[in-house]
Amino acid sequence: MSTTKAGTVGGYRDRSVWQSRVAGLRRLDWTLFLMVVVLSVIGALLVRSATFQLMTDQGKDPEGFLKRHVLNLVIGFGLGGLVTVLDYRLLRAYVPILYGLACVGLVAVITPLGSTINGSHSWIVIGGGFQVQPSEFAKVGLVVLLAMILGEPRDGEIGPGRRDVLLALALAGVPAALIMLQPDLGTTLVFTAVVLGMLAISGARKRWLVGLLSGGAAVGFSVWFFGLLKPYQLARFTAFMDPSADPRGAGYNAQQARIAIGSGGAFGKGLFNGEQTGGHFVPEQQTDFIFTVAGEELGFVGAAVIVALLGVVLWRGLRIATQAADLFGTLVATGVVCWLAFQTFENVGMTLGIMPITGLPLPFVSYGGSATFANMIAFGLLQAVHVRRRPFD
Amino acid sequence: MNPKTHFRLLVLYVLVGALLMVLVGRMWSLQVMEGTHYKEIAAQNRTRDIVVPAIRGMILDDQGRPLVRNRSALVVSVDRTSLTRQKDRGAAVLRRLASVLGTRAEEIGKRIQLCGPGIKRPCWPGSPYQPIPIDDHVDPKRALQIMERQEDFPGVTAQVQAVRDYPRPEGAGAAQTLGYLQPITQEELDKRKGLKVTGYSGVDLIGRAGLEAMYDADLRGVPGFRKVLVDSQGRVTGTAEERAPTVGGNLVTSIDAGVQGAAEKALKDTIAKARKEGHKADAGAAVVMDVHTGRMVAMASYPTYDPGIWTGGISQEEYDGLLGKKKGEPLTSRVTQGQFAPGSTFKISSVSAAVKDGYSLTGIYPCPGSYDVGSRAFTNFEGQGHGDMNLHEALVVSCDTIFYKFAYEEWLRDGATKPKKNPSDPMVGMARHYGFGSRTGIDLPSETPGRIPDRGWKRSYWNATKKADCKGAKEGYPSVARTDPARAAYLKAIATENCTEGFVWRAGDAANFSVGQGDVLVTPLQLVRAYAALANGGKLLTPRLGTAVTRPDGALLRRIGAPPAAKLPVSQEVLRYIRGGLADVTKKGTAAGAFNGFDFKRVDVGGKTGTAEVFGKDDTSWFASFGPVDKPRYAVVAMISQGGTGASSGAPAVRAIWEAMYGAKDVKPLLKDGRLPTDLPKPPGEGAAP
Repeated sequence: MSTTKAGTVGGYRDRSVWQSRVAGLRRLDWTLFLMVVVLSVIGALLVRSATFQLMTDQGKDPEGFLKRHVLNLVIGFGLGGLVTVLDYRLLRAYVPILYGLACVGLVAVITPLGSTINGSHSWIVIGGGFQVQPSEFAKVGLVVLLAMILGEPRDGEIGPGRRDVLLALALAGVPAALIMLQPDLGTTLVFTAVVLGMLAISGARKRWLVGLLSGGAAVGFSVWFFGLLKPYQLARFTAFMDPSADPRGAGYNAQQARIAIGSGGAFGKGLFNGEQTGGHFVPEQQTDFIFTVAGEELGFVGAAVIVALLGVVLWRGLRIATQAADLFGTLVATGVVCWLAFQTFENVGMTLGIMPITGLPLPFVSYGGSATFANMIAFGLLQAVHVRRRPFD
Repeated sequence: MNPKTHFRLLVLYVLVGALLMVLVGRMWSLQVMEGTHYKEIAAQNRTRDIVVPAIRGMILDDQGRPLVRNRSALVVSVDRTSLTRQKDRGAAVLRRLASVLGTRAEEIGKRIQLCGPGIKRPCWPGSPYQPIPIDDHVDPKRALQIMERQEDFPGVTAQVQAVRDYPRPEGAGAAQTLGYLQPITQEELDKRKGLKVTGYSGVDLIGRAGLEAMYDADLRGVPGFRKVLVDSQGRVTGTAEERAPTVGGNLVTSIDAGVQGAAEKALKDTIAKARKEGHKADAGAAVVMDVHTGRMVAMASYPTYDPGIWTGGISQEEYDGLLGKKKGEPLTSRVTQGQFAPGSTFKISSVSAAVKDGYSLTGIYPCPGSYDVGSRAFTNFEGQGHGDMNLHEALVVSCDTIFYKFAYEEWLRDGATKPKKNPSDPMVGMARHYGFGSRTGIDLPSETPGRIPDRGWKRSYWNATKKADCKGAKEGYPSVARTDPARAAYLKAIATENCTEGFVWRAGDAANFSVGQGDVLVTPLQLVRAYAALANGGKLLTPRLGTAVTRPDGALLRRIGAPPAAKLPVSQEVLRYIRGGLADVTKKGTAAGAFNGFDFKRVDVGGKTGTAEVFGKDDTSWFASFGPVDKPRYAVVAMISQGGTGASSGAPAVRAIWEAMYGAKDVKPLLKDGRLPTDLPKPPGEGAAP
């Protein structure tokens, strides 16, 4: 009897969970899902195009990068699905752990455990050809942490109080400082964008925002003024001002990126037909400069489609923020949007010569395990918020 | 959701939308508006032009014998880009290469570094994509080591290339006439239109002197090029475009290797003999011209050198030797660049001038041992008097005093030291008509014009020197006076005269001029042309070396012409009279000794000796000739600087050349029936292309 009861109870519960799962599936943002899938497919093709010739020349498997990228995507989608299924509100319980792990990872990078790749000391090489970039996961940690602090239910107050804001800034400041030590200017800027965006949406007082902006400007000025930037960072900034000044030095990337994109013209040279890409004139083409492959091979039309797809992702993200069930959900979605929006603008902007060159990948498109996983988790967070949105009725 | 959050979310929508619009706008401007521009840049980025040098044409003599040809040489080259890709940037390969070539790795390293600011030579001034030649004197065994062990020498090639070769047919070197090649400079490359190249190869040379320079455009051919595709590392990934080079044309010259060789030998032998007799004989020239066409048959200059040393990079030591005074400046052609006082050979012009000025051609004139020109006595050679004689005799015995008399009387008629407004200066005018004092216009670069010291020249010379002279006139020469007061007084007197009236065309100037002394300077080429004009009936021709440019298969590309001849203002009667006088010089005159035993039946040669005094040096020895006397074909001139009298050095040299051309007792004639071939020669079978 008891077994029957238990079985009945168990069967009922199972069905309920199953039903809720199906209902949840139906409540997914399928437009967002579709955009991310399309971007991932385009990304995989561009990664293949960027690496095929290089790998052939080196006598390696020409599609080695593609295979690994597809594997990364599969794992990434898995991670995203997991996050979607999780009740994001439960995340709050894990936030300190997440945050702590991110900080430990970032500290580990600074210790001899870390490795330098392309002038950025932001990697931990695990071995067997695997390496982890903790700063990518720190972005996730930051978003959830800030959402928790700033999205705390409050009575009577419209925005977070001074204590909350200061706590948020302090907690964001630790990983930001660690990342600055690597140094990774790009990720620090992403942090800044996320903090500013989430503070604004949380309803923090205007003076906080104005104060932070002017403080940031002052810090930026003094960093430049007192020469705190690393020589290569300064060189990149100088190159940004005038890429033709030293085409083989720091300006080389910017120059070659613009040549590759510009030579694509309106309709491009055709996928896998990029001559600049084939000759690997642009360095880091499968990661940070993947947009140059799109620009050259797919032309203005193809590149604009990619920007448009990313635009739809951001639009859906903002929509999810607006429809979220609570402030925590809104802030999570906002944080993800600010992160992805800034990273998209910075990444595409630097290839077009309107932003200085920093080492940030293009979300959902660039090759790179840590970045893909982090992006997919962010995507999962958006879906999680969306699944548990306010009902329209 | 509170309204503040809601509003701020809307702001974020707008902000994100705006940022994405900025990106798309920038893409539009870069890809659509400026797409064409970037496509061009991308193409330049992706391709490199490599020059494929054309094989340079040969320089042939009148019978098609190559004076300059090409030979195949094994050239070892290093590909920079391939080396820099290697782990140690090619250090190991360079070490191995150095040991095979017997040099040091650092030496090779220096030669392959790219020239730029702060980089010392030897460095590579060409394109980094062009293999850099390291050695073109590699012996085949060593080259084979490199070719067979390519795995030990990645980036090193040993290739057969064409380099200049000088076969010296019949002993004809003609180094100064042929000229030489040197790598093209960046400025020259910039000036060259047509083929736009990013660099030039080590074998892309340009004619730097002589015929190589003059006919560079004909000889050089059209270089081909290969447009190769490269990746960002400069690795060649394919060929986009290719154009084969066009072989350069062959230059057919009027130089006859046989006569040239004979002239060089005659000159060398004569100088050796003169040195044995105690003369310094530091330089000389021998030149043969066709009197009817102005074609140069031989041009020999002493000292000479082997132009082969230019091939494959000349060392600094060798180069200094060519330019330095120590070795007698062998690069200088004494034929076209040597300027010397002509002495009595100049009298053909003076006789023409005197007769034109009214002196009777057949008149009898006194030839005393000395003639007073103003207050100064001008003497004959060795002060000898010959009594009364006609002009014929005056040429035969080379009487000077008759010419002093003509010059002095003409000078007096022109107003002496206070000249008329338009002095006639008949001797100066006639010298100019004979082509002295200006370039002949021969097809060689850097010809010198000689000097006809007329009134204008005197004035400009005075302007240039009067400061020093007037200082001497004022202060005297105290330092000289301490040891030699007489000389100091003499110097002061001269300085005073030069200071106050140095610009005046004085009687002594006129007298010296009439016998080719004083400040008169001519080149052997000018003199041979003047004698050719005398021989051909008064046509002053423009000398030519090049006759035609032909294709390697012998087909004519173009004929090389010359400007129309100028006419001497001298009647045929006078020219015939002078020729008659010169005809006797070789038989009973000043050159009779030198021509003793000469077979005048083979070829009747007339000529004139010249012994020009040079201040502080031994006399310049001249002999200018033409022949056959009744139907002239050639003019031959020899000059030996510091060689003694014209009879002792110049005349024997000229005699040897005539005997080589027309034959003598034991000498087979070079000329067939006294003629040289006039048809274009057939292309030579060898040496045309490696």
